Amino acid sequence: MGNGTELGRVRGLGSAKEGAHHWWAQRVTAAANLFLMVWFFVAIARMPAYDYDTARNWLQSPWAAIPMGLLIVSVFYHFRLGLQVLIEDYVHGAARVLWLLVLNFFTFGTAAIALFAILKVAFTVTTGAPHA
Amino acid sequence: MASSAPRARPLSPHLSIWKPGPHMIVSILHRITGDGMATVGTVVLVWWLAALAAGAKSYATFTFVFGGFAGGAIGYLFGIGLTLCFFQHLATGIRHFVLDTGAGYELKGNRTGSIATMVFSVLATAAFWAYLLMVK
Repeated sequence: MGNGTELGRVRGLGSAKEGAHHWWAQRVTAAANLFLMVWFFVAIARMPAYDYDTARNWLQSPWAAIPMGLLIVSVFYHFRLGLQVLIEDYVHGAARVLWLLVLNFFTFGTAAIALFAILKVAFTVTTGAPHA
Repeated sequence: MASSAPRARPLSPHLSIWKPGPHMIVSILHRITGDGMATVGTVVLVWWLAALAAGAKSYATFTFVFGGFAGGAIGYLFGIGLTLCFFQHLATGIRHFVLDTGAGYELKGNRTGSIATMVFSVLATAAFWAYLLMVK
């Protein structure tokens, strides 16, 4: 296989760049998502109620906060790769560059909010909690 | 290299010659469900987490929008919709893993596998929501 011919590289054709890594990262995160998302759906189903106190108590446990943080990283990495392909397939020219930038801002912005929220809940000691 | 002017070249057979089949449906479903979760699902999930972190008042806004407003219609729409997206994307994702190994391209098996992903996603969604609404 290798990197193609020199002429091909000059023209920028073929998968001489990051295609293989994109493909592989999508599979690795897909496998991780399979476990993390099934865990998440089971956790949602097993929650006794969905009010503020119950949900907060649930997310305060490391058994929820840690997989939730991993889920954000793996799922968001995966969806960034997927949305990138969507943009590359349907948007052309200068607009494509703009949308890819929007995608990066969206992914990193939402991931930052989600991770900060998880850590804040996990590290905030609420009065009345057993460990307070 | 005599001329660099583009010439009309023959195109490979395209959409017009294919008979639509389940493999085409699940292919586009994989993209729609994945990109649907990536956009809509992300906003709902991040909103939920941010509301949990922000406090009881923010969480009350979230539960009103998805649970209180119009009898929870928005919650059912997004909840059941995203559940269906998840199970469909999960099933077609596993189908992709199988196809990645080079297996599952025989016409009959490919057709059966494609249909199975849709049957699975509908049944799993029905089972999940039946559990949430009736068993609990």
